Formats: sequence, structure tokens, C-alpha cells
Amino acid sequence: MATKEEDVKLLGFWASPFSRRVEMALKLKGVSYEYLEQDIFNKSALLLELNPVFKKVPVLVHKGKILAESHLILEYIDQTWKNNPILPQDPYEKAMARFWAKFVDEQVGPVCFKSVVKADKGIDVAIEEAQELITFLEKELSGKDFFGGKTIGFLDMVAGSMIPFCVARAWEGMGIDMIPEEKFPELNRWIKNLNDIEIVRECIPQREKQIEHMMKVAERIKLA
Amino acid sequence: MGDTEEVKLLGVWFSPYAIRPKIALRIKSVDYDYFEEDLFGSKSELLLKSNPVHKKVPVLIHNNKPILESLNIVEYIDETWNASGPSILPSHPHDRAQARFWSAFVDDKWFPALKAAAITKSEEAKEKGMKEVEGGLLQLEEAFVSISKGKPFFGGEAIGFMDICLGSFVGILKAREKLKGEKLLDESKIPFLCKWANEFLSDDTVKNVVPEIDKVVEFLGELEVRAQSAVSKT
Repeated sequence: MATKEEDVKLLGFWASPFSRRVEMALKLKGVSYEYLEQDIFNKSALLLELNPVFKKVPVLVHKGKILAESHLILEYIDQTWKNNPILPQDPYEKAMARFWAKFVDEQVGPVCFKSVVKADKGIDVAIEEAQELITFLEKELSGKDFFGGKTIGFLDMVAGSMIPFCVARAWEGMGIDMIPEEKFPELNRWIKNLNDIEIVRECIPQREKQIEHMMKVAERIKLA
Repeated sequence: MGDTEEVKLLGVWFSPYAIRPKIALRIKSVDYDYFEEDLFGSKSELLLKSNPVHKKVPVLIHNNKPILESLNIVEYIDETWNASGPSILPSHPHDRAQARFWSAFVDDKWFPALKAAAITKSEEAKEKGMKEVEGGLLQLEEAFVSISKGKPFFGGEAIGFMDICLGSFVGILKAREKLKGEKLLDESKIPFLCKWANEFLSDDTVKNVVPEIDKVVEFLGELEVRAQSAVSKT
């Protein structure tokens, strides 16, 4: 089904894993959209008008309807454009995908970034705690090409945008390997698989630029 | 679905999160075995085995498969027993996203603000926190009016996803009113939500599922004593 570009608008930020994953989903479904880059450090009137509750990106606008919160947007996209499904069909698999996605954003993301940057109990403890969480994902992946099975799905987009192409780069900037191959062979294989997919490559921030950005954010966190 | 289904729910009587799956299972007329976890004691083996990541309730175990996170469980119940009882989530993708959005607001912004304001020792922080909570209720009032379109619930004629999410906290709000004189459900400020709260509590699917307000009052009192003695120990 052809979609007029004006039907779908996405307010995003180039370095935000939350907005990048929405782009992955739209591209996977072949949905044309108008992308509106936002300056999250200087929020536009449009962003504040469309998302007054959370004031964050991403925001998707589809035929005048406004959607916020990346997980919800991904589910909405999956339900509205039925080709190339993102979420599993089976209710149990779906519940697990949602659970792990929440785990990634609410536990892995903050612990692997903020906690490591602040390293209140020392950097070694922070790394250990972070990698303990990543181990859950390593186990979840065992034997599969992607979390979604043979093709990328909801959890791949959430975890992919957040872990290898965001937080791991922050660790790189700090000189630490977040997902060493010896400890996490499955995750490393998964990252290689992700890199082979064109739409993923198109939707990840440029490496050096992002490392630089994450270091700036880290500085802010340390000073706070 | 057949009667060889095995449905177990691990919960804690006080937890608003554990109330949610109970309501959903009632809506779908699903029989289940309930296991009460010891709130202050050690966690059961079943809980630790089914939820090794967070070790929290509620956990739904369906044919030996654990499902975690209260709203996840409600969606799972809705999808699995979709032929039985009314739908819990709206059918239109945008309405679904909206229901999930407001639930995220309640769980990620509104209730944490209430919890923080309740716990803090700083009068200034408490006042600021309560203002945020009241502001949140005004937003929810607006959302309710626009979503319910004159019907008794967010879900329309019957209780739906958003009703379950916010409704699970109504007991706590009413208990806090009795214990602290804190009138968050203020008819002069949020008349529609106040009416909704009473409709919710008297609904058949909710009535014998939520704990009695007086029991909650007693429990909140006990929590406070524990918190204070914990502080004096440090």
C-alpha cells in the first residue's frame, strides 16, 4: 500500500536509540515518512506541543494521530502495516519480547551507561554489574540468529539500537570493551548478523560522531 | 480453551500490580491457583525460578510458562483467552497505543511521584511531589473525559486496560485519605475520575479482588512504622 510521505512524520534525534529503532521499523515495513530532526537540548515548540506529557523523542504522527514512547510506536507500526511482522504472533513469545525489551531499556541501558559513568562503587564493580545483566540477554539469544528468530524483530530493534549501537560505543569512548567475544559469543554473532542488514546499517548513528556525543552526555552525568 | 489449562498466579495481597492480573482473569472467567508470597519474608522457590531477573510479583504461570510484568500479563491474558469475555485492550491500533501510553504515564511517572512524595522526609520535596501527583490526576481526568466519551470506563461500557492500570491504585488513594486525610480523589477537582473510581470498585470483576480499604489503611500504617524504625537503625 503506497503511503504519502505527508501521512507519516517522525520527530527524532540522530543519537537517540529510541528514535533510531522506530526508523528501523518504518524502513522494514517500507513506510515512507517525513523525518524531523529535533534538538533535544533545545526542544522545539512542535515537540512540546505533540508530546506535552513526556516532552521526548521519538514522536510519530500518522494521519493526524500522535504517538509517543518507542515501544508503543513499534507496536502501533506493527499493527497498522501488516507486512514483515515485528512482534511474534504467539502470545507467550510476544509477552517475553515485551518483557526483555523493557529489561533492555529500564535495566541494561541505565546500568550500562549511567552507573558505569558514575562508577560509585568503582569501575570494576560497575562493569561486573553491567555484564551480569547482559548475560541474561546472551542466554536468551542462544542458538538464534536474532532474538526474533530467523529475521529481526521487536527485541532486535530495541536491543540493537540501545546496546551495540549506543551504550557499547560509550564504553568504547571510555576504553572498555562492553561485550567481549570470549564472554558473549552469542551477542557478538548477533551484532555481526545485525550489521549485515541494510536497514539496520541505515538506521544507526555514525560511530565516531556517536562516541563523541556519548562522551559529552557522560560528562553531563558526572557533573550532575 | 480446554480444562487441562494450568494457570497459576503468584502475588501479594497488597500489591496493586498483582491486582491487575486478577481482574483480567476475572473478566475472562479463567480459573487459577493463587499463591500468596510472603511480603516481608523470603521469596518462594517458585517465584525465584519463574522470575530470576527481577524476583518480583506478579507472575502468571500458564502451562508452566512464566509471564512477567503486570501489564504484560494483562495483555497476555487478553490475547490468550480472546474468545472469552469482552476485550480488555481496544481493537484499533491507535486506541491501543493510547491506552498503553496512559498506562506508561501512570506507572512510569505518576505513581513513582506519589511513592517518592510519600516516603520523603523533606517537607519541600513532599509538597513539590504532591503537586506533581495532583497535576497528573488532572491530566488523567482530561484523558478520561476524552477517551470514555460519556461512558463509565476508559474502556467504554466495560472495564478495559487503562481502567485496570489506574484502578489498581484507587485502593491506595482511598486508604491514604483515611490514614493521612490526603484527599487526592477530590470531587471538586476531578469529578469524573472520582465517579469512575467508585464505578470501578463496585464492578463485579473488581469487587472481591481488591483488598478492603481498612486492611490497606492498617498495612500502610505498618509500612510507615517499619520505614521509621529502619531509618532510626541507620
